[in-house]
Amino acid sequence: MALAIANVCKTYPNGVHALEGITLDVKPGEIVAIVGGSGCGKSTLLRAISGLDTPSKGEVVLDSVRIVAPHEKIGIIFQEPRLLPWLTVAQNVGFGLEDRPCAERESRVATALRRVGLSDKANVWPRELSGGQAQRVAIARALVPRPDVLLLDEPFSALDAFTRTDLQDHLLGLWDEFRPTLVLVTHDVEEAIVLADRILVMRPRPGRIADEIVTDLPRPRDRQSAAFDFAKRRVLAALDRSLDRAKRIDDRETKADEGAALWW
Amino acid sequence: MAATAETPTAERKQRKSALNRWNRVALGFLLPLLLAAGWEAAVHFHLASGRLVPPPSVIFATFADLAKTGELQRHTFATTARVFAGFGFGVVTGTLIGAMAGYSALTRRLIDPSLQALRAIPSLAWVPLFVLWFGIFETSKIILIAVGVFFPVYLGVMGAVMSVDRKIVEVGRAFRLTGPQMIRRILLPAVLPAYVTSLRTGLGLGWMFVVAAELLGASEGLGYLLIDGQQLGKPAEIVTAIVAFAIIGKISDWLIVLAGAPFLRWEDRFSVAPQVED
Repeated sequence: MALAIANVCKTYPNGVHALEGITLDVKPGEIVAIVGGSGCGKSTLLRAISGLDTPSKGEVVLDSVRIVAPHEKIGIIFQEPRLLPWLTVAQNVGFGLEDRPCAERESRVATALRRVGLSDKANVWPRELSGGQAQRVAIARALVPRPDVLLLDEPFSALDAFTRTDLQDHLLGLWDEFRPTLVLVTHDVEEAIVLADRILVMRPRPGRIADEIVTDLPRPRDRQSAAFDFAKRRVLAALDRSLDRAKRIDDRETKADEGAALWW
Repeated sequence: MAATAETPTAERKQRKSALNRWNRVALGFLLPLLLAAGWEAAVHFHLASGRLVPPPSVIFATFADLAKTGELQRHTFATTARVFAGFGFGVVTGTLIGAMAGYSALTRRLIDPSLQALRAIPSLAWVPLFVLWFGIFETSKIILIAVGVFFPVYLGVMGAVMSVDRKIVEVGRAFRLTGPQMIRRILLPAVLPAYVTSLRTGLGLGWMFVVAAELLGASEGLGYLLIDGQQLGKPAEIVTAIVAFAIIGKISDWLIVLAGAPFLRWEDRFSVAPQVED
């Protein structure tokens, strides 16, 4: 399903101007990453797409349906797992399938748990999971209703580096099965390059899209390759520009960015 | 039973900790048992008269006598029925109003200041007014108990609803739950632990207020037994009533805990050791 974001603006009641004129088309099955410094409105944009918040101006359209409230074809994964502590892991995964017959629910939950490698945890309480396991349950919960668009709000930022790369690869594997559209907000440049077809760099106050970088490296992407490194430098340079470190831009464009690498 | 070499250490450790637990419990009983035995001996050997402070054997005999004639059961039943009725009213109103105040800021601003002002009044100050309004029989007693139960339940429910995690509510919204679904699947389970606690507090106050109500005039009930014992100079009867209060108070509290336990197994409490592995 094609996702169209047209001229979305958001001003909060307290006067904070969070988004200004965001226009973005996402093709079905595309993976788009949104990066930017903190406070650039990237999470606000994601919430507007999800229908949890409504934009002050402009609209979000999913296949000619205007999104004004959470939609059944749009799933969201938050920075924290946000599992319901009073439900077992299996019940959490099946949370969005309440209206389905019991047998169907059970088989889909079992499949999802197998996919995220947590079949043996089906009947434990969330408190007994580690951070990485809990986030995997959250991913399964979001994927079980088979959304066409999956939104991810810094989904792995609270995890340690090893678990993080693990889950990034894992997410790509899951994506490959039925190819939903992914819109990912992150502040981790490597994560954006590993996952995304297209990286949007946002700049703050008010939040708008400053740059767009297409990453067409073949998957799976080798985090150590020169091409990966090159992509990373491009994104970092774009980030620098977006943060108005203007006076260094000239030599930065040509020289590969040691400074940016240090900064990150 | 000797621990053999084959006994797994885990089992031995478990047995040891069970033993420790019994030891701890036993230690707690040591002081009262020693005092009781000492007093019993003192009265037995005529070192003290035991008229005002009856020895354990006399208390036990009085307890048995009252139980045999059915007096104790009658009084206990009367008191329990009052607490039950008052607790019921207090819980229903406290839950409803507390939930409304927690859910809607407008309702809260409207009613909470008044209720907080009423709460500041020592509840026993209501007694003369309630007696004037509702007579000296059951109604005034039950209303007094209900007032006592109402406040902790109201405060507990309001606080619990207000502190439901916004992030969890958002999960409900993302899954497009309707209002009633949100209440059933998110809000109710989320407030349950705090609710059980407030019910227990409320019940404790219910038992406290039933004594006050019965002391002020009743023809039956454990509170009547207290007054009766005082007026006729029968301290053993007073102590019997106190013991009966302790027993039914503990049992009723335990029943609430028991009723809530199946719904609260998920709780991440200090006493529950989480088993994280990764």
